[in-house]
Amino acid sequence: MFTLSQDDWSLHRKGQQDQARHQEKVREAIRRNLSDLISEESIIMTDGRQVVKVPIRSLDEYRFRYNYNKSQQAGQGGGESAIGDVVARDPAAAPKPGQGDGAGDQPGLDYYEAEVSVDEIQSILFADLELPYLEQKAPENVVIPDVTFTDVRKKGLQSNIDKKRTILETLKRNARHGEPGLHHIAPDDLRYRTWEDIQKPHSQAVVLAMMDTSGSMGTFEKYIARTFFFWMVRFLRTKYEHVDIQFIAHHTEAKVVTETEFFTKGESGGTICSSAYQLALDVIATQFPPSSYNIYPVHFSDGDNLTSDNDRCVSLVEELMGTCNVFGYGEVNQYNRSSTLMSAYRHVRSPHFRTAIIREKGEVYKALRTFFTAEQPSAAGGERG
Amino acid sequence: MNAAETRELEASIEQMYEVARGFGLNFYTMRFELVPADVLYTFGAYAGMPTRFSHWSFGKSYHRMKLDYDFGLSRIYELVINSDPCYAFLLDSNSLVQNKLVSAHVLAHCDFFKNNALFAFTQRNVVDSMAASAERFRGYELEHGRMAVEEFLDAALAIQEHIDPSRTGRRKLLADTRDMDGYGAVSGFDTRGRKVAPSLHGTSASSSVGPYDDLFDLDRRLGGSHDAGAAKGAGAPGVEPPGSARMEKDLLLFLIHHSPVMTEWQRDILTVIREEMLYFWPQIETKIMNEGWATYWHLRIMRELELTDAESLDFAQTHSGVVLPSRTSINPYLIGVKMWEDIERRYDNPTEEERKRCGRAPGQGRAQMFEVRETDSDSSFVRNYLTRDLVEELDLYLYQKVGNEWRVVEQDWEKVRDKICASRVNGGYPVLYVKDGDYLSAGELYLWHSYEGMELDAKYTEKTLPHVQRLWGRTVHLETVLEGRPVLFTHDGKKITRKFL
Repeated sequence: MFTLSQDDWSLHRKGQQDQARHQEKVREAIRRNLSDLISEESIIMTDGRQVVKVPIRSLDEYRFRYNYNKSQQAGQGGGESAIGDVVARDPAAAPKPGQGDGAGDQPGLDYYEAEVSVDEIQSILFADLELPYLEQKAPENVVIPDVTFTDVRKKGLQSNIDKKRTILETLKRNARHGEPGLHHIAPDDLRYRTWEDIQKPHSQAVVLAMMDTSGSMGTFEKYIARTFFFWMVRFLRTKYEHVDIQFIAHHTEAKVVTETEFFTKGESGGTICSSAYQLALDVIATQFPPSSYNIYPVHFSDGDNLTSDNDRCVSLVEELMGTCNVFGYGEVNQYNRSSTLMSAYRHVRSPHFRTAIIREKGEVYKALRTFFTAEQPSAAGGERG
Repeated sequence: MNAAETRELEASIEQMYEVARGFGLNFYTMRFELVPADVLYTFGAYAGMPTRFSHWSFGKSYHRMKLDYDFGLSRIYELVINSDPCYAFLLDSNSLVQNKLVSAHVLAHCDFFKNNALFAFTQRNVVDSMAASAERFRGYELEHGRMAVEEFLDAALAIQEHIDPSRTGRRKLLADTRDMDGYGAVSGFDTRGRKVAPSLHGTSASSSVGPYDDLFDLDRRLGGSHDAGAAKGAGAPGVEPPGSARMEKDLLLFLIHHSPVMTEWQRDILTVIREEMLYFWPQIETKIMNEGWATYWHLRIMRELELTDAESLDFAQTHSGVVLPSRTSINPYLIGVKMWEDIERRYDNPTEEERKRCGRAPGQGRAQMFEVRETDSDSSFVRNYLTRDLVEELDLYLYQKVGNEWRVVEQDWEKVRDKICASRVNGGYPVLYVKDGDYLSAGELYLWHSYEGMELDAKYTEKTLPHVQRLWGRTVHLETVLEGRPVLFTHDGKKITRKFL
């Protein structure tokens, strides 16, 4: 009348397979939303190590449903509930009626939150970023350690066994002994692949991160500039083993600061951008001779420069370009006003001079791509879908 | 569960069989299967069906369920499939007593599947038919590409609840498959989805002659004052909404028959989705009853078994985990079991008034329960049997969003009961009708939401309409009510617009 059985289910992989497809879609969604994700506050404000929850709206399974925020739901109290009792509070998972399976005590999710590690975002984000116009300078200490499998030996690690060559040896030996065929693999037949350490010489580079910290840099401007530099620093550290980063903060005068100071410095005073450029030139002259360094100055400002200083800026930028691979100027311009500095730079025409205007959070990604792609991005910008 | 425990479970299931039979439960032959957690959660994610087709959304829910299980947040103890023979999957990491409880629970579920009227039409060989469809879907993936099939499934699953599960709605499938060659007309619409006047011949004849026509005539004779009342009640499945002679509730069937863009394989997928939803529908509509029924009986059956002290404790713990109340939702296990016990108590000991006015004899508790189990669904069950005493004893309330908080706003028992009842109508999904398949004589699809005081989620509506548009191939409209004003959402394939009417 009934049976009770227990089978071997170890090959059952259906759930895992569809889960893999789902994760593939999450990655696609991350890629699509990259420009929004990288300015996500929760990422920039963390130490950059932990897993962040990222709202991935496109993976919702949309359907016609009621608006639960506007209607009443039934719940159950402990026996003494009264009108006005707080059942739940908002942003922490708004309660939805449990539909479908289970005991119905699961709060519904407003949007699907994917758990994404910063590393994962990084790997997608950095996949197509690189230092442009990188040249081979004097091969000093820029090396990338690498391994290549070049040799086959009789001794080696078991996991590196070369099956094809081993079997070939067996066949040969058996043939030699007049019993052709594949049988009895002798220890003497075993072959192992072996690697060699190689040192790939690599060009060395320095990035001069310059940031305007004048009074006119408001919360938004500062936030954008920091977001940009946050990813820039992570990008450089991930991709290149030997890249120097110099942080220069400036208002009316410029100073070389530490990374922490750079990201936490308060703002005050007016703006004289040329001070930063002058300091950059000095730093280059004293520490990073162009003969052995690829140099990438990147400057972020709100463009609100002292008007009389603009000419000096242009001439200094031109001087900098003489020694640099690429000069990047990023302007945070929330209200799309015409900025004095940008109009001065409009006349600088060179593939090595790159500018980006950031009006909203999402454009940080565009700026990163503008500054760190190999070829000069075509026309208006390199934003990709 | 080791081998010895499995043998003991087998012995006690045999015992439970007898006990359950003795109580009057009547179930199919059972196939119990002990499975590891990840397999059980896979089945759970595929709505309990081990052989269902593949889709990433199942992978998503599998992942979430498995994660919850791994972190010990929640667990499924059992899965049971409405089929003959009835398959029940038990978790091999459950303790022996837990699996005994689950087996008892499952027997009662199976009794419910076999005897509740709503389930009378469900396919009982569903495991095989789902496997066959999954196989065909895989073939479509090979033939037309994975993306094409996935995108179509995305769209089809987005509207899968919009079928007509009523008796007549179910029959339409049978009636129409007979002249499926030409994708024959759905009642009231010609083959291209245009509205036609009901004729006395052909498929739409059902509306003209019926045994209760004299009663409907009565309404008509009483005149306008009743029409307003009728309009208010419109929207429940089966009730014809106002302003139209006939509208089609089965959106899926309508698309299968009339969509000008779907190819053969796409129609097949949509047909399968519709049939699977028709199969799941009774379970959606009897959640409270079914879980309550199973909980009621697992308690009674377990009480008949000989348990050691440790086992009793384990049993009590597991049981109380099942009937844990929730402040933000209704636990169907708890509400259900309380309601069944209340029915038994009240019909065993009717009050003086009930004896006199309803002629109720004492001691009819179980008889009444078995009758209700056969004839009711959640909405009628709640409406008829969620009494004032129960609402107060269980401390049920209604809550609503007030500012940033969700607060209790209503404790009046009738309002609470009516709200729970309303939330079970149409399985808790909004009721939509196809009003016109040739709107503006341009072949556009006009959907109409039967608004009953609950607004649609506008964001979700705007995201779902493109799916409908993809299935229909031309502009689609949806009329609903926002902020008390009728509003028309339109999607033309490129953008969505919203306009107040």
